[in-house]
Amino acid sequence: MSESNTATLEAGSATETQSVKLSMQQALNRALDEILSTDPKTVVFGEDCGQLGGVFRITDGLQAKHGESRVFDTPLAESGILGMSVGLAMAGFHPMPEVQFDGFAYPAINQIVCQIARMNYRSRGTLPMPITLRVPSFGGIRAPEHHGESLEALFAHVPGLKVVSPSDPHDAYHLLKYAASRPDPVIFMEPKSRYWQKGDVDTADGGTLTGARIVRPGRHLTLVAWGAMVARCLQVAELAAEDGIDVEVLDLRWLKPIDAEALATSVGKTRRAVVVHEAPLTSGLGAEVAQLITQSCFDTLKAPVERVTGFDVPYPSGDLEDEYIPNIDRILLGIQRVLEYRRG
Amino acid sequence: MDSLLPAVAAADAASLSPGQLRELYSLMAAVRYLDTSAVAWQRQGIIPGYAPELGQEAAQVGSAYALDTARDFAFPTYREMGVARTMGVDMVAYMSTHKATWHGGMYDPLASRLAPIQAVVAGSVLHAVGWAHGQTLSGEHGVALSYFGDGASSQGDVHEAMNFAAVMKAPVVFFIQNNGWAISVPTERQVAGGSVAARAAGYGIPGIQVDGNDVVAVYEATRNAFAHCRAGNGPVVVEAMTYRRGPHSTADDPGRYRSLDDERIDAGEDPLERLRKRLLAAGAADEAFFTAANQAARAEEEAIRTGIEALGPRPGNEMFDFVFQETTPALENQATRWREESEHV
Repeated sequence: MSESNTATLEAGSATETQSVKLSMQQALNRALDEILSTDPKTVVFGEDCGQLGGVFRITDGLQAKHGESRVFDTPLAESGILGMSVGLAMAGFHPMPEVQFDGFAYPAINQIVCQIARMNYRSRGTLPMPITLRVPSFGGIRAPEHHGESLEALFAHVPGLKVVSPSDPHDAYHLLKYAASRPDPVIFMEPKSRYWQKGDVDTADGGTLTGARIVRPGRHLTLVAWGAMVARCLQVAELAAEDGIDVEVLDLRWLKPIDAEALATSVGKTRRAVVVHEAPLTSGLGAEVAQLITQSCFDTLKAPVERVTGFDVPYPSGDLEDEYIPNIDRILLGIQRVLEYRRG
Repeated sequence: MDSLLPAVAAADAASLSPGQLRELYSLMAAVRYLDTSAVAWQRQGIIPGYAPELGQEAAQVGSAYALDTARDFAFPTYREMGVARTMGVDMVAYMSTHKATWHGGMYDPLASRLAPIQAVVAGSVLHAVGWAHGQTLSGEHGVALSYFGDGASSQGDVHEAMNFAAVMKAPVVFFIQNNGWAISVPTERQVAGGSVAARAAGYGIPGIQVDGNDVVAVYEATRNAFAHCRAGNGPVVVEAMTYRRGPHSTADDPGRYRSLDDERIDAGEDPLERLRKRLLAAGAADEAFFTAANQAARAEEEAIRTGIEALGPRPGNEMFDFVFQETTPALENQATRWREESEHV
């Protein structure tokens, strides 16, 4: 997890660059297409994943190209989708199920937590679960209830699961292909509010796909974020720069395992950190990040690690969404609290 | 119950040979002896707990006898010792789950064609559907045999599994052992309508209720169900009506919810005794055979007990080693810390 980020940062200048401009939806769709083309054991399925191409069109056109046995619709039952994935994995397949929205992972929790996460352990390594569960995640699209949840802390707490969330099309493309190639179950949290933003995707060079990634280097403070909050933190960093504050933005990417060394390196340099997430505050992943930073940087920290997060309330209706999700002002205020902190 | 699988039943109605009937008896005797012994092992402190299947020998042996371990796969919960024995699973490795050696048991599930033991009732029913659909996708002809009970039939996963399997025409035999009790709750307070098999009609698939204490009837119903699945006709529900003669587990006290008189009346005739009479009536076995079968069962139990007693705890590092195929730095750090603090290295 400690590999250099150099490759990723320099990907744009590499000689073999094959850069294309894609939205995250297009990047994920292309990644799935390539996975299906290269791995005959991969099957893609879920609610409306076949002919419709998924409600977010991530599987658009895949059934027509790869056939109904590779890309198919299931009945509307999340426990069934995930429980079926276990059996397919036991039969040697590489299931890539989709749960249509984050909040509908709850009906499948028994199969995810009690079965997918434990089968390798229960079977003493004889029944691996190479399942990549795609979950359109987080809020920001004015959707109905249960369509804007942030489940990363819940999943990260479960032994046997790995959790990753891309923040841009390039990472979405490469991290999905990487996750699908691994032998352990991965919860792949797609920031649904970022599906339609375009970005450069270097299809030839993904860079380092494990661990975190510095998306903006800086000297004074580290903003730690993932998913849709990364783009917001980059906006914040630009605004802070106008006041002479040089903010480093660290995209955690992997929420389990967390890249503790990247946190130590970044905050060891900047000596200040704010972690930003959409999920509620209490027992959120920000607490884990803060502890990891404290463990490695206690002597050099200039202020306690600050958390700017959603609140301990059910995800609110669309009209109140902007009050709930960390916005630019709240993140700037968090930065200000850290910068103005004075010891005892 | 409506008639089921008429075509298959008619075509495949060949009865079991005398040798096969004797083999079924030997299996049931071995299972009975090991099962009652395991309860004694728990009382003697050899194992911490056990979930006996006393009275369900015909249901378990008869159904598993219909399975072809070269291509089929069984999905148990935690009361399927008779299934494991019939499938030829290493019984020390199987019983090790009750020794608290390893949750899923120490047997190799892929080589054994028996999924790991697991305790969430109905959890594995969906796995059977996924595995079976994999057979369809691969163009293979294996059938999944899913075991669960009347209690598990209340779980939503059973509905999802039957509906998925019916929609996808997955080759699954849903085999319910309706043993009358889910710990302390009787079937009449568990299964609305009184029959799990009757629910099959709602999914447009065949369902049959069979005398679960008649090993030949169980075998024939399961074999016919396998033939139906293998012919590409989709799933089948088989409900074996049996009786849990013992407690739910060695920690249970049935006296709190049923009387001995109830047990005597409701249990019906002992499935082993029924097969014994059948063999004698058919002239397929004599007393010498039963004596030998019982002696073999005792010898087998002794060998398994010796193996169980010899099982030490697994090395602690296995707690960490089997969480992932590819471990994580955080987990490696915890394993290192554990080793330093527990072994003082």
